[in-house]
Amino acid sequence: MAGVQVANVSRSFGAHRALDDVSIDFADGGFYALLGPSGSGKTTLLRQIAGFDFPDAGSIAIGGESVERVPVEKRRIGMVFQNYALFPNMSVADNVAFGLSVRGEPKATIAMEVQRALDLVQLGKLGGRRPHQLSGGQRQRVALARAIVTKPRVLLLDEPLGALDKALRVDMQIELKRIQREIGITTIFVTHDQEEALTMSDRIGILRDGRLVQEGSPEEIYDRPQSEFAATFLGDANIFRGDATGSGIKLPDGTTIAASTGASVPAGAKASCAVRPERIRISPGAAKPDQATANTLTGQISKRIFAGNNSTYFVDRDGQTLKVIVQNTGAERLAEGQPVVLNWSPDSTVLIAAELGEPRGQISGMLSRKITCSRGW
Amino acid sequence: MATTRILEWLGRLYIVLLLGFLYLPIIIMTAMSFNASPFYQLPFEWTTDWYASLWQNDQLIAATWNSIEIAIITTLISTVLGSMASLALYRYDFRGKKVLQALLFPPIAIPWLITGTAMLIFFFGVGIGRGLVAILLGHVALALPYVIVVVSARLQTFAPELEEAARSLGANQWQVTMRVTLPWIMPGVIAGGLFAFAVSFDQFVVSYFLSTPGQTTLPVEIYAAIRKGFTPEINAVSTIIIVVSMALMLLTARFFKFGGEK
Repeated sequence: MAGVQVANVSRSFGAHRALDDVSIDFADGGFYALLGPSGSGKTTLLRQIAGFDFPDAGSIAIGGESVERVPVEKRRIGMVFQNYALFPNMSVADNVAFGLSVRGEPKATIAMEVQRALDLVQLGKLGGRRPHQLSGGQRQRVALARAIVTKPRVLLLDEPLGALDKALRVDMQIELKRIQREIGITTIFVTHDQEEALTMSDRIGILRDGRLVQEGSPEEIYDRPQSEFAATFLGDANIFRGDATGSGIKLPDGTTIAASTGASVPAGAKASCAVRPERIRISPGAAKPDQATANTLTGQISKRIFAGNNSTYFVDRDGQTLKVIVQNTGAERLAEGQPVVLNWSPDSTVLIAAELGEPRGQISGMLSRKITCSRGW
Repeated sequence: MATTRILEWLGRLYIVLLLGFLYLPIIIMTAMSFNASPFYQLPFEWTTDWYASLWQNDQLIAATWNSIEIAIITTLISTVLGSMASLALYRYDFRGKKVLQALLFPPIAIPWLITGTAMLIFFFGVGIGRGLVAILLGHVALALPYVIVVVSARLQTFAPELEEAARSLGANQWQVTMRVTLPWIMPGVIAGGLFAFAVSFDQFVVSYFLSTPGQTTLPVEIYAAIRKGFTPEINAVSTIIIVVSMALMLLTARFFKFGGEK
């Protein structure tokens, strides 16, 4: 087992830059999610780490050993594919045995290791079955057993739960996490599902257009997104855009938004603020209370969605629709069309320096600063 | 109701006529190979004399063995070469790949008469001349496109992630091919091999051009024998060939059905 260091990796396919100067340090034993929309380069990055494809520039090291020109079969990695890629002509046990068998391990060792791996994924009795006789979740487990039985240095998962239905996916998330903890293997998994990334991983790397947008623990990224993209891709966020005041921003209509977390932006520069919908308090009323200073807005409820444990209010205000999520505490519910006052704490407001759509240089400059600052985890 | 019944009846009649058209000549020939009269006279008198005398006909026996030998060697060579070619076409992109693939089909459509003439001229040109070696080379050339087409069709159903999965588990290219890819395409390889065998074993035109009196195959020998004067021995040997051919076709059908399975 080992950590993985990806440094300044770039990869182009024709004119398309699939990966653009990506650097991430995957610490030994960590569970890492690569999150991004389709086409963001997350799968390309995984394939570089696996060794199916080689970077045009940059270096990749597994356990401190430089591997960027080493083909996949020599990298000692384990991989689970999106569609499982089980060998249809072999039994479950033979599938799991494959990696040991091509290495020429003695038969007795193989049988023992295969059984141990199948037991670990709770399929100990199904070794004699054929892949097509298994359910989706069982195939997933076989693919996982096959990937870890060779004791790889790192486990790579390409959207491993994408083909499963929702209930099974949640089961498998827990299961996958349990197995990963049990064997303590460095795990990198690609997903476009933000919830999956949040609940499963120790660290998340958000990719967009081939670049690493932000990297950190789920709490870090959720509470302190460094870009509007990170704020809106991982969870929901209300975004306000205006001019930095030194302690927040001033909106075009003069309203001030105070922020006590996030980047420090020199006064006068363009900046935005992100506020999570569940951090906003909503109360009936047409006008701001007199004592209200910053972070208080008025608006009108345009829509309410009741979801049992919470309600989502869409509040129209000055051409902008804000989203507010209120826990169902039994308190009075607000009706559509009702005027409301919104209020939240500066602690719940994240100041974001670089807006999306700004020149690449600025963002990647910011990112590389971030990465050099981040310590091992 | 009545019209439906009539239509049904007509449909059945049609099937009977169709099968009769296909099989009656063969059945008659098979029956005659067991008939005592050399002049097809009835009443039918059971005998296996023609099969016995076939056994004495050294020329025919030698030609039969030549045919079997050439068909087997053709099958082996064209199946191995053809499967390797299919794998290469599947795995790699290279300049002129499309042209190469397009050029695989015309040899199937070009009349064997023309192919045979061309081969005869070519083999004389390069000094191979006529004979069993020339026949073998000719048959391999004829059979190759069939094998490539059939194996390639099977490869279209192969999931490339399987090769990637095998490689991620540490398998080298040889192990990937032998243990993952080949087992998957095996039904195609076997079907291609049966095609190759049939193309070679049934081959008359090209063999005729390339054979010499001492070195000939069964179809050419039968043709020569008929020209000299028909004997029911020919019926006997034909019956044997029919049995072998039909068995092969049934096997092919079985493996093609195999190809449709998951």
